[in-house]
Amino acid sequence: MRRFRGPQNRNLWFWAFVGPFAIGLALFTYVPLAWSVYLSFFDAHNTVSPTDFVGLDNYASMLGDQAFLSSLGTFVLFTAFIVPATYVLSLALALMVNRLRFAQAFFRSVFFLPTACSYVVAALIWKLSIFNGVRFGLANTVLGWFGTDQTAWLATSDPPWYWLVIVTVRLWLQAGFYMILFLAGLQRISPRLYEAAAVDGARPGWQTLRHITLPQLRATSVAVVLLLVINAFQAFDEFYNLMSDARGYPPYARPPLVYLYYTALGQEQNLGLGSAGAVILALIIAVATVVQARWFGLGRKED
Amino acid sequence: MTRGNGTGFGIGRRRLLAAAGGATLTGVLAACGSNTGRSGKGSGPALSQWYHQYGEPGTEAAVKRYAAAYDKARVTVQWRPGDYDRQTAAALLTDSGPDVFEADGPKLDQIKGGQVVDVTEQIESVKDDFNQAVLKPKIWQDKIWAVPQTIDTQFLFYRKSMLTAAGVRPPQSVDELVEAARTLTRHHRKDKVKGLFLGNDGGAAVLGGTPLFAAGLSLITEDGKVGFDDPAAARVLGKIRQLYADGSLLLGAPTDWSDPAAFIQGLTAVQWSGLWALPQVKKALGDDFGVLPFPKDGAGGRPTVPVGAYGSAVSARSKHQKEAKAFVKWLWVDGTDKQLDFALSYGFHIPARTSLAKKAKQLQEGPAAEAVRFATDHGYAEPLLWTTPSKNAYQDALNHIIKDGAYPETELKAVVRKVNSELQRAKKK
Repeated sequence: MRRFRGPQNRNLWFWAFVGPFAIGLALFTYVPLAWSVYLSFFDAHNTVSPTDFVGLDNYASMLGDQAFLSSLGTFVLFTAFIVPATYVLSLALALMVNRLRFAQAFFRSVFFLPTACSYVVAALIWKLSIFNGVRFGLANTVLGWFGTDQTAWLATSDPPWYWLVIVTVRLWLQAGFYMILFLAGLQRISPRLYEAAAVDGARPGWQTLRHITLPQLRATSVAVVLLLVINAFQAFDEFYNLMSDARGYPPYARPPLVYLYYTALGQEQNLGLGSAGAVILALIIAVATVVQARWFGLGRKED
Repeated sequence: MTRGNGTGFGIGRRRLLAAAGGATLTGVLAACGSNTGRSGKGSGPALSQWYHQYGEPGTEAAVKRYAAAYDKARVTVQWRPGDYDRQTAAALLTDSGPDVFEADGPKLDQIKGGQVVDVTEQIESVKDDFNQAVLKPKIWQDKIWAVPQTIDTQFLFYRKSMLTAAGVRPPQSVDELVEAARTLTRHHRKDKVKGLFLGNDGGAAVLGGTPLFAAGLSLITEDGKVGFDDPAAARVLGKIRQLYADGSLLLGAPTDWSDPAAFIQGLTAVQWSGLWALPQVKKALGDDFGVLPFPKDGAGGRPTVPVGAYGSAVSARSKHQKEAKAFVKWLWVDGTDKQLDFALSYGFHIPARTSLAKKAKQLQEGPAAEAVRFATDHGYAEPLLWTTPSKNAYQDALNHIIKDGAYPETELKAVVRKVNSELQRAKKK
């Protein structure tokens, strides 16, 4: 008994404090996860306790489903664009603000402020006021001064103007936050490094940025890219508010998570197929994260 | 005095923790137990009835009044905002769902999954009096699974003065519609008015099967086969693409097709919208508007309007199925005064029973009477076998055709394959 309790009842206290949370975690996270994997092998229409075992049929049909594959493709494209775009923009802002001799706090706040705005509000402003497709939308009014015909920004897939709306709203909202991370990283770099480089004849600007600033920011960059990738895969709010209508999303801008939600929890109520899709998506994200972490050398010792 | 072991003076740590834990647990259990949504005041068993949130003021008070007037059960109404169809689909998997609920269906999988009960007996005596187009999708294997409440329909609104100014007559065929939209856009270019508004996505979502029916086809045939595996389908969808390619469609309006704002504000000369928009349009434009069904296409075509009705269904998990069925009969089969009140006093709908629709004064003249005639003569409802995966595949194809200019033949072939596999699945059990 004493062994069970541990010295000074430490084991007992450990479980007293950790136990409720562990039970909660198991009950609300691990059991549903395991149940979802179980469901993925069954024909589970409108039921969570199915009886018809179908093996890998759900996986095969999900991987053969054009709508699911195209939504995956959309998001890979979105991630491939938004991650470098935000990285470059926030780094550029950080470098600019860092160089300012006066009003640095003011500009830091100006660029950081959009972070406080919700995705929903920003998306609605973009959709209803800036990029609506009629004559009184801001973008169309400005273009109208130059004699351009009104453009349906969100309804045109050729050329895909809707990407301009989605990407600009996200850049506006998130660049300030990453700028702060980069600023913190920049302020940690010793000025002596730049002085030594100048003595050695390095030109300020691109040469210093490439050989001193960027290597010194590696740890920050790894964290920023990781956060950006995860955020990009979790993107939902702006897609929902910009692209969806009462009947759903157009096929070219449908996040995979939304597609699975419709399949499993929407009118289709196909919990087996939806679970198979969730397992596939989880595996893809896990593999992508591991590959990217290795690529950027996450956990590698600082040079 | 000892401390910390729960004996002696005051309350010890453990006792306090135990007491607090117990109280919390009791609270949680009590909260779970009381969250039944049933607190009616009448006699008899307690029934929970769910509605989706209607936009029209007064509707909620009306349905609560009907429920309160029922004396054989204590009926509590839950007015549920948000994504109602998904809420009910999820709730039907649990024991805390409704006894009676309105359903945009029920869907075939809900019927086959045993989630709703058969209400044939309740409706049998007057089933011929119901609009047959909306009753049909509620029937599976000769049994009726929900009682239609009120009918909604969609059609084209056109601005008479704008058509006259452009020398365009109300289009009677899809070709004329394409030509009219082009001419109207060109004529009103200065005012930045577009010819036609079919929704911000160019019509892919809202039109659904309407162009197919207009071409004389169907979604699923009477004998349960794909109804649009025909060159006429590709032809008519190609014409919808033409509207988009011509730049005749209004796209990106602040509100979508279901709201008549774009039409009223003069952003478009013709708009696809619903019966519910009629009072608003009449108030804003007086007599300067007319209504049209979606025009026919080709020699075998016919004018078409979609019709649909929420049905009142009884959950198979209800502990009081018999009483719930009796309540549905009382309200939606026998309660003709309440049906008329529900359809016409708040919003603007057509009562599901033809005899009542004929009696309604508001539906006897002008565009409203026209709309009722469209629904009766040209109405089609999505069949029960048109499952969600089939519908999604078709709408994705429509999107590709309209916006990306994809070949209708190729796109439709993929949809036919999907629908065939869904039909096979439906026939399994």
